[in-house]
Amino acid sequence: MENRYRNDFPKLHQEGYVYLDSAATSLKPQSVIDAVTHYNQHLSANVHRGVYFESYEATRLYEESRQIIAEFIGSQIEEIVYTRGATGALNFVATAYGLPTLQEGDEIIVSELEHHSQLLPWQAVCAKTKAKLIYLPLNAQGRITVDGFKQVLSSKTKIVALTYVSNVFGFLTPVEEIIKLAHQVNAVVVLDAAQAIQHVTIDVKKLDVDFLAFSGHKMLGPTGIGVLYGKKQLLSRLEPIEYGGDMNDAVGKYTSEWKDIPHRFEAGTMPIAEVIGLGEAVKYLKHVGLDQIEHDTTRLYRYTVQQLKKIDGIQIYNEFSDAGIIAFNLIGVHPHDAASFYAEQQVCLRAGHHCAQLVIQWLGIEACLRASMYFYNTFHDCDQFIKTTKEAVSFFKSVGF
Amino acid sequence: MSQLENLYREVIMEHYKNPRNKGLVNDPSYTTIHIKNPSCGDDITVQSKLVGNYIDDCRQDGHGCSICCSSASVLTETMIGKTKEQAQLIATNYLKMVKNQPFDETIDLEEASVYTGIRQFPARVKCASIAWMAFLDTLKKEE
Repeated sequence: MENRYRNDFPKLHQEGYVYLDSAATSLKPQSVIDAVTHYNQHLSANVHRGVYFESYEATRLYEESRQIIAEFIGSQIEEIVYTRGATGALNFVATAYGLPTLQEGDEIIVSELEHHSQLLPWQAVCAKTKAKLIYLPLNAQGRITVDGFKQVLSSKTKIVALTYVSNVFGFLTPVEEIIKLAHQVNAVVVLDAAQAIQHVTIDVKKLDVDFLAFSGHKMLGPTGIGVLYGKKQLLSRLEPIEYGGDMNDAVGKYTSEWKDIPHRFEAGTMPIAEVIGLGEAVKYLKHVGLDQIEHDTTRLYRYTVQQLKKIDGIQIYNEFSDAGIIAFNLIGVHPHDAASFYAEQQVCLRAGHHCAQLVIQWLGIEACLRASMYFYNTFHDCDQFIKTTKEAVSFFKSVGF
Repeated sequence: MSQLENLYREVIMEHYKNPRNKGLVNDPSYTTIHIKNPSCGDDITVQSKLVGNYIDDCRQDGHGCSICCSSASVLTETMIGKTKEQAQLIATNYLKMVKNQPFDETIDLEEASVYTGIRQFPARVKCASIAWMAFLDTLKKEE
């Protein structure tokens, strides 16, 4: 069966290329590439500054992207702050919100599923404020559960910093209930949605989430651009962490005034082409539809896991992923050895600890392989992956592993 | 399966399965360096013991992929008995070879020469390098 979206992705025109690393970064459709090129080729002007056509047009597209993104997650326009990526967004929350508000004895709830970008900023904040990191217990499968969350939630909890979808297991966090419970003790909830935004329909108002971060490049957009959503009343209270051009209203010799949110947090020249590309990526996601994306990805995932389970010598760590991610190993073969075998067959997957060393420690392994699929993959891709896996198992056996 | 097969078939698998000089000693006459490759979790410690100007012993321990672990094993066998200068020359040349940089082909890399195949796998160069870098660091630390 033909995949009707495949043609939109130039990288997939490469003969024999099997891309199963979408959890690391997604491929970019032609419309996104064109939008980035359009800015660089035809506009190439700074935003919020010039009065000539090109600058006006660049500003219009830059702010139009904000509106497109706001609509996509159900927020107000001024609640969308452009950042370098989810990492930049989460570091911003830790520094601009966590650092000035936390005190000794306060607690931050995290989990062992966190990507380093949602863990290390909080560790750093804890070292400075003497607040404490509290790990909620994962269930036997490795999921965040409401029960586990309840076990650690207390009146000391000030911040809940969790992943929306795990980047190793692809497990969906029950965020609705967790947010409700957290708000009962007046804790602020910060969600890392880097692996969720491209799979799950997110409505920040319905969720009532306080901060939510995601990266452009995992949702068909360019690298170097991400988004922080923050509730207006929270963002308005925060001091900028970067000062410079464009973020100020009036500059005096000794004191100055800042623009309103979100612009006060976007100092200097931002990645304008990438912002415009991200707006285009959201348009593309809406054109396909997240429901359709989930339907197609899940079908591929289920098929692949069923086939993979039939192969002797494979260990799967997350049989019931919610986001098309398979974490696995060839038994007795270090994932880096295995990944070179896949690479020779142009089957692209990830080996290592996936910037989530605590998950790997939780599993009690050194590292693992991760195959992640998206709606532009085909059953043919999955079959190639399975075929290569079978060959890998027998190859490593034959050379003596 | 050509290139990968060649790479594994030679010395690499033999050393991976039967690592030489594995296990560290708690002895102050040894210099110890620990290196991690954070991208894949390779974690290797190398010890060297100089007596006079000679490498009297070289030991290794750690975990990682076959390229990483075998190259640590090959390293120890190559280095024991060499003078410090010979050892430095061999290690520097080896590192140039795996990185696909010009190197002095007249220097005998002994068994380590099989890692020339790594050049076909640029993503694995680091795996083949870290034990050897750690070894050079032990000599530097000695000074």
